Amino acid sequence: MATQKMSLAKALNESLRKALDTDPKVLIMGEDVGKLGGVFRITDGLQKDFGEDRVIDTPLAESGIVGTAIGLALRGYRPIVEIQFDGFVFPAYDQIVTQLAKMHARALGKIKLPVVVRIPYGGGIGAVEHHSESPEALFAHVAGLKVVSPSNASDAYWMMQQAVQSDDPIIFFEPKRRYWDKGDVETDLIPGPLHKAATVREGSDLTLVAYGPMVKVCLEAAAAAQEEGKSIEVLDLRSMSPIDFDAVQASVEKTGRLVVVHEAPVFYGSGAEIAARITERCFYHLEAPVLRVGGYHAPYPPARLEDEYLPGLDRVLDAVDRSLAY
Amino acid sequence: MTVESTAARKPRRSSKRTSAAKTPQSSEPELVQLLTPEGERVEHPDYEIDLTADELRGLYRDMVLTRRFDAEATALQRQGELGLWASLLGQEAAQIGSGRALRDDDYVFPTYREHGVAWCRGVDPTNLLGMFRGVNHGGWDPNTNNFHLYTIVIGSQTLHATGYAMGVAKDGADSAVIAYFGDGASSQGDVAEAFTFSAVYNAPVVFFCQNNQWAISEPTEKQTRVPLYQRAQGFGFPGVRVDGNDVLACLAVTKSALERARRGEGPTLVEAFTYRMGAHTTSDDPTKYRADEERVSWEAKDPILRLRTYLEQQELADEAFFTALDEESEALGKRVREAVRAMPDPDRMAIFDHAYADGNPLVDEERAQFAAYQASFAEEGN
Repeated sequence: MATQKMSLAKALNESLRKALDTDPKVLIMGEDVGKLGGVFRITDGLQKDFGEDRVIDTPLAESGIVGTAIGLALRGYRPIVEIQFDGFVFPAYDQIVTQLAKMHARALGKIKLPVVVRIPYGGGIGAVEHHSESPEALFAHVAGLKVVSPSNASDAYWMMQQAVQSDDPIIFFEPKRRYWDKGDVETDLIPGPLHKAATVREGSDLTLVAYGPMVKVCLEAAAAAQEEGKSIEVLDLRSMSPIDFDAVQASVEKTGRLVVVHEAPVFYGSGAEIAARITERCFYHLEAPVLRVGGYHAPYPPARLEDEYLPGLDRVLDAVDRSLAY
Repeated sequence: MTVESTAARKPRRSSKRTSAAKTPQSSEPELVQLLTPEGERVEHPDYEIDLTADELRGLYRDMVLTRRFDAEATALQRQGELGLWASLLGQEAAQIGSGRALRDDDYVFPTYREHGVAWCRGVDPTNLLGMFRGVNHGGWDPNTNNFHLYTIVIGSQTLHATGYAMGVAKDGADSAVIAYFGDGASSQGDVAEAFTFSAVYNAPVVFFCQNNQWAISEPTEKQTRVPLYQRAQGFGFPGVRVDGNDVLACLAVTKSALERARRGEGPTLVEAFTYRMGAHTTSDDPTKYRADEERVSWEAKDPILRLRTYLEQQELADEAFFTALDEESEALGKRVREAVRAMPDPDRMAIFDHAYADGNPLVDEERAQFAAYQASFAEEGN
């Protein structure tokens, strides 16, 4: 197998290159995606190699980017659009929710909307307001959308391939503070289904569920807990809509304890959905209530306070301790 | 709102008294007109049109049948057969004129009132009623007649039309795209963004704004302080205002804009200056916000009446034509009435159909739970 070590950002770049190369109907659209290669350089070099007709610099108008991508999809193209930052997706939220998500159902299945909306999301890079948010629950709540987020380079590469090939609209959240983390990518792997969770660490005392940027924190927490003799299993959800509840259930039936970790505010967040479903499914297996660790019901704070706001190792371990104390 | 009769009405007031509505728009004289409200053929230096008697009668027939269909749907709503109806009464010329300017390979992005355009595209009128009866949200295949689904969120479809037109240009095709929207939608950001994108990418799209003077209860002056067609200039493409009650002018102007798009010269904004004779929808009550005399003044500009006058004066249609059309109208009304009443409620499992193209385990799980819940009633013998 061809294995290459590359950053998550490079894996996305290579995956987009492959998508453009494989299917002439694939387009990339967004602000600054051309010569600059995007503010995170995810599309670096693609316009040079595929031309301005395939890698399209757009006006600065998010609703316009998504709305025209819908039109292009109706014409038979497969647009991948880049929203520059999480907090900038809201001008496009109407097009995503009322049009992109619903049009397939509105036509009783007679048309398809193969559009990928890429959104660099989450905090931890010291950015200014609107550049560090985690709005995944707002999209996961909408039927018609699929919402995914890779946590490592290999998943980034393969999940992007699957997203582009999907006939459903995919909201593809990219953990921006993991862009520079390197990992092995097997470029001729045959990946499992896009919505399947991955067990990234085996354990027997407690299950930590996370996705995107928090998977790394949970793995570090599990390693730290190991030193105290606690065996923690870590599940990388990979998909926030749908959620692989079967995988979470299987793990909780084994460990009896569950802590869900995400950067987004806990209130009405994906942790609430997981806690409710797993309580239903695993009530007699649970040794403790499902606990959640995440952001607060407050605007994302200025950068000097984000370490207090974001779940770090200590907060995850505190939740682990509280769960094990029951 | 009363159900209007099939036949065109005679004006109740002299056309000399039609200047009652004082808005910044209506005081503007720059309308392209080829047929006056009195049914007189006039020339315009930029827009020539030469139609056969058969084509003229065809336009008249389209407008009469569309009005009849619309009246039937309004009646069906009043009888409880439809949950809602958005009438096009008064806008027949704008829709038939622009609709008949299209080629088969052109693509239409309507709002939710384009029943006349749908008629021109060959969409069976009964297909339009499913969403208003509540059996689906549209349901037709947009690619069968190149007529996209009705779009309810105001102005969204102008971006879809622009993107589609960008795709047409990429494909090297010489077809064009037309997006319909109203004066109210012109205030939406999406419409401005569609103007921006279409200009930047030189997309072959025609923006056809039916300025029917009212966005539910808000008059056009609550949307804009400049005539709407002038907006185009700021985006870098031409805008033109046409008499929206003149089917010939609407046809000529739209055709010219479509040809411009086909030649690769980019978008055009057409503002069809018209009037919504009825309510915004059957839930609306226009008597609360507009004077009856305004409506009466517009009745003198009735699009069907003026073409009828022209046909009669030029002896292009005889009594037999009008009689046969009356019969055809009644048959259409009957067919629509029967089709609506025969429309079955969807299967309850349809709730879960088509949520996703590639399937979704969550939907599968909820579908199974719903089916089991429904089956539990059968087991109880209820």
